Amino acid sequence: MKFFGGSSSATKPEPHPVRNATRRSSSLGELSRQWEGDTPLCVLDLGSTSPNNIRFFTEHGHRIYSEDLLTASTEPHLATQDEEGKPILDSRRFLADNLVYPASHFDVVLCWNLPDYLDESLVRPVMGRLWSVLKPGGMLLAFFHTKDAGPDSPCFRFHITGKDTLDMTPIKKRRDAGDGFHLQRVFNNRHIETLFRDFASIKFFLARDNVREVLVVR
Amino acid sequence: MSAPMSADLAQIGKSVVIKGELSGSEDLYVDGQVDGSIALKNHSLTIGPHGQVKASVEAKGIVVQGKLEGNVLASDRVELRKSAVFNGDITTQRISIEEGAYLKGKVDIQGRGEKAAAK
Repeated sequence: MKFFGGSSSATKPEPHPVRNATRRSSSLGELSRQWEGDTPLCVLDLGSTSPNNIRFFTEHGHRIYSEDLLTASTEPHLATQDEEGKPILDSRRFLADNLVYPASHFDVVLCWNLPDYLDESLVRPVMGRLWSVLKPGGMLLAFFHTKDAGPDSPCFRFHITGKDTLDMTPIKKRRDAGDGFHLQRVFNNRHIETLFRDFASIKFFLARDNVREVLVVR
Repeated sequence: MSAPMSADLAQIGKSVVIKGELSGSEDLYVDGQVDGSIALKNHSLTIGPHGQVKASVEAKGIVVQGKLEGNVLASDRVELRKSAVFNGDITTQRISIEEGAYLKGKVDIQGRGEKAAAK
C-alpha cells in the first residue's frame, strides 16, 4: 500500500480551486437495478449528508440511513497511540459510536471514496463491520483512486442525480474549517481484493478520471 | 436569528435548561437546552440556532436549526436547516434538508404507498 507524506508538510502547495463536477458511473448504473425494483431496500449512505440522496431513495420508497464516517473519524476523543507510540485512532471506540446496526441489516452500502480518505487504523475494522451489517447478497459500492492521483486529490461528496450519474461536491472538515480531507493512500487491485476478501465477489469498473469503481457482493 | 413571533408560540430562550417531559397544545420554539421528551401532537417544534435538544420528539412539524439528538416522529414535515446537527431516526411524511445540514440516522417516509408501509 502506498502512503503519502501526510498533511503536515511544512511547504504546503497553494490549494487549487476545486469545483463541483458531474461523472458517469458504470458501477452505479449496475447497482441501480437493485433500487428500480418493487422491493423496498435498506440503504446506508456513508458520505457526507446528501439531501439529494435522501430525496432520491425516499422518493423510490426505500429506507435510507445516513452516516458521515469521515467526519465522525475527526472526533478528538478517538486519538490514541499504538504500542510503538505512533498516533492512531481508536477503532474499538470508533465502532462503539458508529455503524451500530443489527447484523445483515442493509441491502446496499454506498461507501463512495471513504477507504481512500479514512485513517489507516480504521479502514479494516470499518470494512469488517460493513461486511457484517450487509445482508448476504447485499452490495457495496466504493471508489478508489488510481496511482496517478496525487495527495491533493479532493475528497468529494457524491449526490445521485440519475441512473448512472453523480454530482460531486468537494467537502471540508466540519471541525477544522478551511482544511479538507487528504488522500491517505492508493490501493492497487490486489490491496482492494484483500480489503474485501471476506466478500463473495468483487467487480472492477475502470473510469477515465483516475478512479477505479468497485462493486462488491457479500 | 430571533424566534418567529406568534400569539400561539411558546418560547424557551437561550439560557433556559429543562430536564423532563414537555408537552403542549401550541407551537414551541426552543433556543435553549432540553433533555427528555417533547410531545406537541398537532403543533410544531422549532429548534433555534442555539438550541440543544436531547429528546424524543413527536410533533406535527419539526424545524431544526441547532442540535437535536433523539428519534423524531412528525405527522407532517421535518426540515433540517443548513446549521442543523441531527443524530437520530426520522419518521415523517415529508422531509426537506438544506445543503450543509448534518444527519446521522435513518429517514423513513411514511404514507407514501405500499413500499414504505411494507418494510
